[in-house]
Amino acid sequence: MTTLDWLNDEDPATRVQARAGQVWRLARDLSRNPLAMVGLAIIVALLVVAAFAPWIAPYSPVEGMLTNRLKPPSAAHWMGTDELGRDILSRVIHGARITLYIVLLVAVISAPLGLVIGAVSGYFGGWVDRVMMGLTDIFLSMPRLILALAFVAALGPGIENAVIAIAITAWPVYARIARAETLTFRKSDFIAAVQMQGASHARVIGLHVLPLCMSSTIVRVTLDMAGIILTAAGLGFLGLGAQPPLPEWGAMISKGRAFILDQWWVATMPGFAIVIVSLGFCLFGDGLRDVLDPRQRSKG
Amino acid sequence: MTLLSVQDLRVSFPDRSGGRVEVVRGLSFDLGRERLGIVGESGSGKSMTGRAVMGLIAPPGRVTARRMEFDGIDLTRLPEKGYRALRGARMSMVLQDPKFSLNPVIRIGDQIAEALEFHTRLSARARRAKVLEALEAVRIEDPERVARLFPHEVSGGMGQRVMIAMMVVLEPALMIADEPTSALDVSVREQVLAIMDDLVRRRGMGLMLISHDLNMVARWCDRILVMFNGEVVEEIGPGALHAARHPYTRGLVASLPRLDEDRAELPVLDRAALGAGT
Amino acid sequence: MIEVRDLTVRYGPSTVLHDVSFTVAEGESFALVGESGSGKSTILKALAGQVDDWSGHMALAGQPIARRRSRAQAAQVQMVFQDPYGSLHPRRTVDDTLAEPLSIHGLPDHDARVLAMLDAVGLARRFRFRLPHQLSGGQRQRVAIARALMLQPRVLLLDEPTSALDVSVQAEILNLLKRLRAEQGLTFLLVTHDLPVVSFLCERLAVLRSGRVVETADVALLRKGRLTSAYGQELLERSEGRTR
Repeated sequence: MTTLDWLNDEDPATRVQARAGQVWRLARDLSRNPLAMVGLAIIVALLVVAAFAPWIAPYSPVEGMLTNRLKPPSAAHWMGTDELGRDILSRVIHGARITLYIVLLVAVISAPLGLVIGAVSGYFGGWVDRVMMGLTDIFLSMPRLILALAFVAALGPGIENAVIAIAITAWPVYARIARAETLTFRKSDFIAAVQMQGASHARVIGLHVLPLCMSSTIVRVTLDMAGIILTAAGLGFLGLGAQPPLPEWGAMISKGRAFILDQWWVATMPGFAIVIVSLGFCLFGDGLRDVLDPRQRSKG
Repeated sequence: MTLLSVQDLRVSFPDRSGGRVEVVRGLSFDLGRERLGIVGESGSGKSMTGRAVMGLIAPPGRVTARRMEFDGIDLTRLPEKGYRALRGARMSMVLQDPKFSLNPVIRIGDQIAEALEFHTRLSARARRAKVLEALEAVRIEDPERVARLFPHEVSGGMGQRVMIAMMVVLEPALMIADEPTSALDVSVREQVLAIMDDLVRRRGMGLMLISHDLNMVARWCDRILVMFNGEVVEEIGPGALHAARHPYTRGLVASLPRLDEDRAELPVLDRAALGAGT
Repeated sequence: MIEVRDLTVRYGPSTVLHDVSFTVAEGESFALVGESGSGKSTILKALAGQVDDWSGHMALAGQPIARRRSRAQAAQVQMVFQDPYGSLHPRRTVDDTLAEPLSIHGLPDHDARVLAMLDAVGLARRFRFRLPHQLSGGQRQRVAIARALMLQPRVLLLDEPTSALDVSVQAEILNLLKRLRAEQGLTFLLVTHDLPVVSFLCERLAVLRSGRVVETADVALLRKGRLTSAYGQELLERSEGRTR
């Protein structure tokens, strides 16, 4: 029996084979979605670029020649140079690291936080729900950037604090989604069945409720990536996010705004980077949702 | 007089390996102004038959028939636009659960009137009178009040009656009822069936009653087609259910528990012997 | 085995059960019959610990049921639900579903127990790692029965276990339930509106209407069509009409 047969077996013999088969089928279904593959390619490219930035970038991202400032794209500088004569391509490449760092950290902090709060709130209902959702609504009702600004102002400027601030402002959306999902099945028979077996609330939430909230949250997180990048950029613009001379994409756009009419490439090139990376996350997120939902899968 | 004539109806859907599976395989029947029952279990193709006649099978599903004629209209060549004019006005469908078929944010009376507005040129006042008349026809005692209610404010049985009122307000020639009573309590079930029966007799409608409930269909229909695996295995005349000859029909009848049950074990269908795939 | 005395259940302002009392002997199969809104399912939920606002007395095997029941007491009563499509977790395989009660109670030998249970409910072993959407309604209901039996309960609560199934599949599941009850000495509490099913599976029944027990009778009377209450007789007539 080949590995492929082993993975494709409709009736696996062991738990390991069953899990491997599930993952394999998921990957196979995902690979059949061309848009998701484009998204994945973009994300992989971002990862590679971030990992090998010092070797890929043709110039230093922080040192430039003032004699060379604001040069349009050319063979020597594919994306041109900025107001300090730095190579924009090199800055964009190095900026991938910062962007990835921010995006991943925010996702890792805010998504689980939102998920747990939403699931707990939806599962218990009653006053737990009212208190937690009241809190969530307070966060939701304030403009995200302003709130992040307030937190950064309190915590002090810098990327780490920007990440914390953005994460704090990002979780309420996930909490809302997780709660809405939880409400749709908290009264369902399969939840009642595990409760009757004597499972603790923590176990019911962790093993039975959360996995069902995952796919919609993952999709939402990937769709939010663009917003996260832009919020980070906004903070950078106000001098509260990434500090110069760090090549953060958003900060680069902010700087380039001064020259947008005459030297369009300064702001446009990092803008392209943001658009492409955001698009990559969106496409991948959409594809992921399609394969993660078994109800949709069975229809296909 | 034949109202609906179907010959060699086939409905197929694509399967995972790129081929097509036929869920209805060469069905033929004629329906006059009578009550025809179509009985079968899930996967027998009974619902697909009703939907195919109504032109409700969306791609990638595919419907073919040597002949499918409704009141002189060739349904096999009818474009979607023609179907839309036909559906509701000349042929209509009652579905299992009224909750999913009624718009939750529109008052019941307005929903029924909407169908009239779409298909007829009556004045608002005439429409209103028609709506009340239709609600009365399904034995709703206080039609004025019910017309003002929202769908969630009525019980399941009442909802199903409203659905039927909505169907019959246009006085269709053919009514297809797909499990119209399985979401209802036994007591309400009888009432709903009696109303449909009454409409068939009084207005001379043709009724196609699709259900899994052999006994119910046997009691309310003039003829029964028993479907299995996309094919009609047997046609049964009125009251002849217990004289059924096909092993599938006999198996179904036998596997039902009886009120005076004394069997230690219920006989189970031998699917392998009947040639079912799964 | 089951003792219910003066059970009253309220949902907000409305009372859905009024002073319901009945007892079920060990190994007996007892049916609760009525139409929707009669409160029959609420009784099951109360016994299963899924209802908060109840008053009265409920006991299992002589042990009164407390508001917060212990894990061991939870294991004694398990339930099979009506809708085979909503009662299984859509993301968990048959194996996950059956092994879960074992890990909750810290029981060993997951593999052996799961396989033995699959055999017991007549589900082929190759279905073990399937997800619910890869199973038919009857197969799902077998999984639900298997799940309920994993903890070796003494009481099985059956909430219209076959009303969502095809007639021929209903026969299979009813046969299975009857056999399992004989093999494992289970006590059944069945909720249904289908009198012939009661006749096949039960020994005694209670007829409910608007949250009250109107009659408790032996199934022999049901088979002869001689229920004593007017409402019981009404149900019988409708059922007669249905099966004739």
